[in-house]
Amino acid sequence: MDMRLGPRPGEIIDRSRGLTFTWDGDTYPAYRGDTITSALAAAGVRVMSRSFKYHRPRGVMTASYLDPGCLVQVGDEPNVRASHRMVEPGMSARPQNAWPSLRYDLKSANGALAPFLSAGFYYKTFMRPKRLWPAYERVLRGFSPGGAVSPEAAHDYYDKRYAHPDVVVAGGGPAGMAAAVAAAAAGAAVMLVEAEPELGGHLRWGAALELATLGDLRRAVAATGGIEVLTDSVVTGRYDGNWVAVVQRSAPGVVERLIKARAAVLVAAPGLIERPYVFSGNDIPGVMLSTGARRLINLWAVKPGERAVVLTANSSGDAAVCDLADAGVDVIKIVDARSGEDVVRAKGGRTLRAVECADGTTVECDLLVTAVGWTAPTSLLNMAGDRPVYNERAARFFPGGGHDDVLATGGIAGDGSLEQLIDHGSAVGRAAARRAKEVSATTQIPSLPVEAHPALFRGLTHGFVDFSEDVSSKELEEAVAEGYDSIELAKRYTTATMGPAQGKLESVNAVAVVAAATGATIAATGTTVWRPPYSPVTLGALAGRSFEPVRYSPMQPWHEAHGAKPLVAGQWIRPDHYGDPAAEVRSVRSGVGLIDVTPLGKFDLRGPDVPKLLNQLYINKWSKLALGSVRYGVMCAEDGVVLDDGVTGRLGDDHYLMTATSSGAETVWEWIESWLQTEHPEWRVHVARVTSDFASINIAGPRARDLLSLVVDDVALGPEEFPYMRVRSGSIAGIDGSFMWRIGFTGELSYEIHVPASYGLGVWETLLERGADLGVKPFGVEAQRILRLEKGHLIVGQDTDGLTRAYGAGLDWAVKLDKEDFAGKPELGWQEGRDDFLRLVGLRPLEGTAVPAEGSQIVEAGIIVGRITSSRMSPTLGRSICMGFVAPHLAEPCSAISIVAPDGSRVPAVVTPQLAQVDPKGERLHG
Amino acid sequence: MIQIPCPHCGERNVSEFQYVGEALTRPNPDGVGPEQWRSYLYLRSNPAGPTVESWFHRAGCRRYLKVERDTVTNEVTSVTLPGRGAPQP
Repeated sequence: MDMRLGPRPGEIIDRSRGLTFTWDGDTYPAYRGDTITSALAAAGVRVMSRSFKYHRPRGVMTASYLDPGCLVQVGDEPNVRASHRMVEPGMSARPQNAWPSLRYDLKSANGALAPFLSAGFYYKTFMRPKRLWPAYERVLRGFSPGGAVSPEAAHDYYDKRYAHPDVVVAGGGPAGMAAAVAAAAAGAAVMLVEAEPELGGHLRWGAALELATLGDLRRAVAATGGIEVLTDSVVTGRYDGNWVAVVQRSAPGVVERLIKARAAVLVAAPGLIERPYVFSGNDIPGVMLSTGARRLINLWAVKPGERAVVLTANSSGDAAVCDLADAGVDVIKIVDARSGEDVVRAKGGRTLRAVECADGTTVECDLLVTAVGWTAPTSLLNMAGDRPVYNERAARFFPGGGHDDVLATGGIAGDGSLEQLIDHGSAVGRAAARRAKEVSATTQIPSLPVEAHPALFRGLTHGFVDFSEDVSSKELEEAVAEGYDSIELAKRYTTATMGPAQGKLESVNAVAVVAAATGATIAATGTTVWRPPYSPVTLGALAGRSFEPVRYSPMQPWHEAHGAKPLVAGQWIRPDHYGDPAAEVRSVRSGVGLIDVTPLGKFDLRGPDVPKLLNQLYINKWSKLALGSVRYGVMCAEDGVVLDDGVTGRLGDDHYLMTATSSGAETVWEWIESWLQTEHPEWRVHVARVTSDFASINIAGPRARDLLSLVVDDVALGPEEFPYMRVRSGSIAGIDGSFMWRIGFTGELSYEIHVPASYGLGVWETLLERGADLGVKPFGVEAQRILRLEKGHLIVGQDTDGLTRAYGAGLDWAVKLDKEDFAGKPELGWQEGRDDFLRLVGLRPLEGTAVPAEGSQIVEAGIIVGRITSSRMSPTLGRSICMGFVAPHLAEPCSAISIVAPDGSRVPAVVTPQLAQVDPKGERLHG
Repeated sequence: MIQIPCPHCGERNVSEFQYVGEALTRPNPDGVGPEQWRSYLYLRSNPAGPTVESWFHRAGCRRYLKVERDTVTNEVTSVTLPGRGAPQP
C-alpha cells in the first residue's frame, strides 16, 4: 500500500536519493531524509511496536522524537526513536518487545490480565513465595520492553568538549533563531542548539507563510557571525551558574559529543509540545496528534490515512484539516471542541476502524487526528529554579520568571502571531547579550498575548495517560483511591511519566487526572520536579574517551620485558611477581633480592621547624633525631585512628626526608599541608613531594651488603659505620644525589636506595648485572607482602581499618602521650588502658595447608570476635601464617580461635607469641 | 557546577576543589573533655543558608581556602586564606 504523496513544498526527503532498508526482516524503500517511521508509514505499515505492559499494538502518534510507540532496535542499538532516526542504506531495524512477532504477539495476552495488572501491580504480585523470586525474575525479564544490548558491541568513539559561549539558545524554532541572531548582532558569542536535524521548529511543516519565514530566518542565522549552530543536539541539563550540558548527536566522526558549556545566559525556546487526549482507544494505530499528521504530510510527503475524523480545539487542528484535504485524505467529520463537541472512543484492534462521537454518531475511519492543546516543556527553566505557574485561560503552565540569566521566549512564553513571537525572541536575544556582556541598560521585552484555550485533558472515557508505561487514567484514579493522592506519589506508584518521554507527553494529563480525582485544581496539584537529563544521554556520551592515567616507575620496561604480572595499586602499575612469588621469597631469605618500591611516598622537608611538624603528625617523639638517623613513625588522625606509617630520616640540620605508604602518599601530602597552612602557618617548614623524583629500590637479603658494596664507593657500609635505622647520601652506581637507608620491612638485612628517577632503570640493571654472581633476583609486591607478614609487620589499611586506633594495632610502644600535642592525642589518651577494643595478633592455623581467606570472620559461640586481615602460605616456614583482629580475651598467646571460611567450614588456629612468626628476635635484621 | 573564586587562580569549577568540611576551630587538646573533642570531630551545624567551610584547591594552587557559601542558593560570598581551623582528612 503506497501512501507516499507527490512533492510537498517543505518536504525534507531527497527523491533523487532512494535507498532500501529492512524492517522486521522485510525490505522497504526509502528516500534520504526519511525517518524509519516515515518510510514505513509511506509503505502503509501501521503497527510499529507492542506496548510495555499490555503488549497492545502501537503506531505513529507524534511522528517526532517523543513518539512513544516507535522505539525499535537498529542493529545492535536498542531503543532507537524510529520517528527521529533517519534511514541509512542497508539499515536493519527490528521491533522490540514482541514475541514471537509484531503481528501475533503472544504477550498481548497480558491485555486479558489487565484487571490483575492494575496500578502498582508489581508491588502486589510476584511477591510470595520468596523462594520463587529468581524464577519470577527470569519470566519478567522476558517481558521487559527494552531492546537487546550486545556485549560484543564495540565502544565507539565518543568525546567531550568544553565551551564558554555568552549565550546558549536552547531551541531553533522561530523565536530561538530570532534570539540567536539578535544576541549575536549585539556582540555575544552564541550557541544555538536544535534537537531536530534542521533549524526551524514548527515552521518546517507549516504553510506558505511559515516556509517563507523559515527561509528568511535560516538565512539570517547563516549571515550573522558569532552563532555556532548545533542541530540534532539537545540541551539536556542546566546546573548551577548556567553550567549547561549539550548532547551533540551528529558531530562528524563522533557518535555523540557531550559539550559542557559555561554560559553567561541561557535562553530557553523549546516551543510547545502537543498533548494527547485521554479517551478509550487513544493508543490504537491510526490515532495521532495534529502535529504528527502534519509532519508526515509536509516533511515526508506521507498520507497518514484514507478516511479521517479530526478533533480540533485550536489552529493546529484546523491546519491539519487543510493539510489532510490537500493530501487527498477524506476528512469525514470535524469535531470542534471549541463548540463543546467531543469524541467518546476509538475502536479497532491493530488499526483504527471507527470513532464514536459524543453526538451519538459513529464514523468508520482509519485516521483520527486530535488537537486538544499544548504542554510547555519548562524543564530547563525548572532546573534553574523557576516554578511554573498554571494559567487557567490558556490551559497550560507558564514559566514563573524572575531570573535574569535564564530567559524564555517563543511559545513557552506566550501566544501571538509569528511576527510577535519573532519580535519577542529578538528582544530576549538582545537582553541576553546585554546581560552576558554585563551592560546595564535594560531591554524592553514586549509581552506576548495569552490566548484562551479549552481545558481538554481526559474526555468521556478512560484511556492511556502514559503510553510508554501503559498507565491509564483509570489506574491513576485507583492509585489516588488507594491513598497515593499527591502527584509525586501517584507518579511513583503508577510509574506514569517515568518512561522515555519523561513526562513531556504525559505529565499534564496525569496532573489533570489526579487533580480531578482529589477534587483539587491543576494549579494546586502542581507538577513533579523536573530533573536533568531533559533528553536521554547514552552512557557512551557520559563516558567519553577512555582516559585512565597510570603511573609507572622508570623500571617498568624491565619488569614488562621479564614477565612481571602487573598489579594495579591505585594509579600505579607495579610488578606483582615474576612467575613464582614463593621462589622470590626464598631467594630474599637465602641470598639477595631487589624490589622496585618507587611508588613509596617521599617528602623532602626543610626548615628549622621540621621537628615540630614531625612531633605534631607522628604519635612518637621526634625532637632529638640525630643527623643520619632514621626513625619509624605512625600517624593517626584526630580521632586516633591509624592513618599512615613510614620512616623519616635526618639528612641535614634542617633537612629531613619523610616516607609514607604508596597508597597513602596523596593523603599524607594533603595532611601535611593542611597542618602547615591552616593550623600552624607560623612554622618555618617547606615541603616538596619527591615521590616521582626518586626511583626507589629495596635490596634485601643476607647478601644485601655484598651487593650494595659493588655499586657504592663513597659510603662506608660496614655494620658499625652504617648501623640499622640510618640514612646516608652518596653516589650509587656512579649516580650522585642518591640516598641509601638501612631499614627493614622484610626482616632481612636490607637497604632502600633512592636514586634520581631518570637513572632508575640504569641502576636497576646495573645491580642485576653486577650481582649475578651473588644470585640476585627481582621480587615483586606479592613476595614482599609474604616476607613482611612472616615478620609480623602491619600494612596500614590492610591490617588496620577505619576504626583501628593505635593501641588496637599493637602500637602502644609508639604512643607518647607526654608530648604537648599531636594529631590524635586526646582520643589515644582516652583509649589508653581500656580493654574494649580488638587487638591485632599473629595467628597460626593448626592445619598448615589451610590458608583462610582474608576477611574471614573469627567466631566464638556464634558471635563474631574478630577477623583475618592478612593470610598467606609461608615458603620460609612451610605452613600458613595470618594476622588478624581478635577480642581482648582471646589476644593472649596460645589462645585457640576458630576462623569461619567463606564456605562455612571452620579453620582452627592459635594466637602466636609475637606478630613475627619468622626470626621473632630480629637477628637477621641487625646483622 | 558552582564556581569558587580562588584568590590565586581566579574563578574555577568546583570539581577542581576538594571539600574539606565546615570551618571549625580546633579545641585546645590540653585538658579538652571527650564531649567537646568529639563534637569537634563529628558534629556539624549543617545550616540551610550561609555557612563557612574549608575547601582545598587540589587541581590548582593546592592551598586551603576559607569559603563563605550559602548552601541553599550555592552562592559563594567570600573566599579568604585560612587563619585557624584545622581540617581533618
